[in-house]
Amino acid sequence: MADDSGEPGWYEGVDPDDAGRVRTQIEEGTTDEPRDWPGLAVESGFTADEDDYYDRLHEATTAATREAAREAGRADDQQLKHSIRAMDDADRLANELAERAVEWGESLFDGVPGGLDGARALADRDPATPAAERAVSLAAEATRLAAEATALRAHVERTAPAVAPNLAEMAGPVLAARLIALAGGLEPLAKKPSGTVQVLGAEDALFAHLDGRAPSPKHGVIFAHEAVRGTRPEDRGSAARALAGKLAIAARVDHYSGERRPSVHEDLRERLATIRARADDEGAGGGG
Amino acid sequence: MTDLPDGVAYRRFDGERRLATRGPPVYGEPTASDWRLWDAGRSKLGATLAAGLDTGLTGGDRVLYLGAASGTTVSHVADFAGPTYAVEFAPRPVRDLVDVAAERPRLFPLLADARRPETYAHVVESGLDAVVQDVATRGQAEVALRNRRFLAPDGRLVLAVKARSEDVTAAPEDAFDEVLARLRDGYEVLATERLAPRHDAHLAVVARPD
Repeated sequence: MADDSGEPGWYEGVDPDDAGRVRTQIEEGTTDEPRDWPGLAVESGFTADEDDYYDRLHEATTAATREAAREAGRADDQQLKHSIRAMDDADRLANELAERAVEWGESLFDGVPGGLDGARALADRDPATPAAERAVSLAAEATRLAAEATALRAHVERTAPAVAPNLAEMAGPVLAARLIALAGGLEPLAKKPSGTVQVLGAEDALFAHLDGRAPSPKHGVIFAHEAVRGTRPEDRGSAARALAGKLAIAARVDHYSGERRPSVHEDLRERLATIRARADDEGAGGGG
Repeated sequence: MTDLPDGVAYRRFDGERRLATRGPPVYGEPTASDWRLWDAGRSKLGATLAAGLDTGLTGGDRVLYLGAASGTTVSHVADFAGPTYAVEFAPRPVRDLVDVAAERPRLFPLLADARRPETYAHVVESGLDAVVQDVATRGQAEVALRNRRFLAPDGRLVLAVKARSEDVTAAPEDAFDEVLARLRDGYEVLATERLAPRHDAHLAVVARPD
């Protein structure tokens, strides 16, 4: 028995000859529960029989997916660059605004905790004066911005593996996106030597150092990777070099082939195990 | 020795018995009359069948294949199965996948994230005979659980678990145990088999919805 209660399939309300519309439906449609689409399509009169349905589905999916893959391959590293930069900006601004709002709020209310938690608490207060009204409103703004940063992070985590599967698997999606953004895209990253990959992102620290605000930088953003941070300080240089080397390879595989290559990840794992075994060897020798 | 699905057979290539299916060649693989070699060293599903595991797959099955990559394995599936939906998330291999699908009228390629079945449930039909999964991302059990909705009650999940996608530093056995434990939240595990030496640190799993 056909029922009209469920969500629609891809073919619903579509003129099969309207290729653009078919593609939009395939790509952007969503439904929680799958249904017997071939059966329902025949019942609804979309196609004469099941064979005809599958013929149309084949035509629709190959055309839509070919087009979608072409488009995604073109633009995605640039989209990722915008996403990660927006995420960092939203994070930074949310924290700055929260700090400002909390500092203000502390002069008006009792018991305001620090940071974004403070801003969230403050945003729920009842302002009694025009000044308090502004402080509370500013705290609410900081809270909204923090939520946007979280949404942007989720977006990066979803899209980075599509743009650079190996790099995202090795570095994690956020660090992968950061490397791509710092290099200006996947192709420029794929063309950088591993020594450059190792210090990408150290530019800010370098300028801070030149301004006299920080010590000289020794590593770039890859320092955020567990392979580096989780290695004892005297072996971090080796770990950073090993990681940078494999990340450079991962970026090249992603740019030139786009397929996952398990061997790169296994090579890195083995190399890191060797580096970390040094600490175990010395520990076992009683060297401390 | 377990029966292979109809449409999959051992044929002689250069004097050696190797798995094969019938269909248009895809990646320059050797052929013998109308059969083409299915290299178990390059395909985890091929290795699963070669290992003699009872996958429950039969000729003409309706299949959802997750992690189709450039379509090497799914081309063999489409050779022996019925309607076959192929999901892959990375745009570049999908271009090859589309070429593979162009020559197979019952292979439907989709650029989608296997972790988000709601983005293709309006295309992929319900009541499928099998979900074949080969995704190299963390949370492989979670992917299988989310895609359970496509399976018929007596359908089969044929899964290749990659230990290193779960945790590169843990022992493979521990990673497998963790995946199997999570999988049992929605599946009854019927059989497992290590795919070494063809595929190091991979475990083949056959399960049905529980």
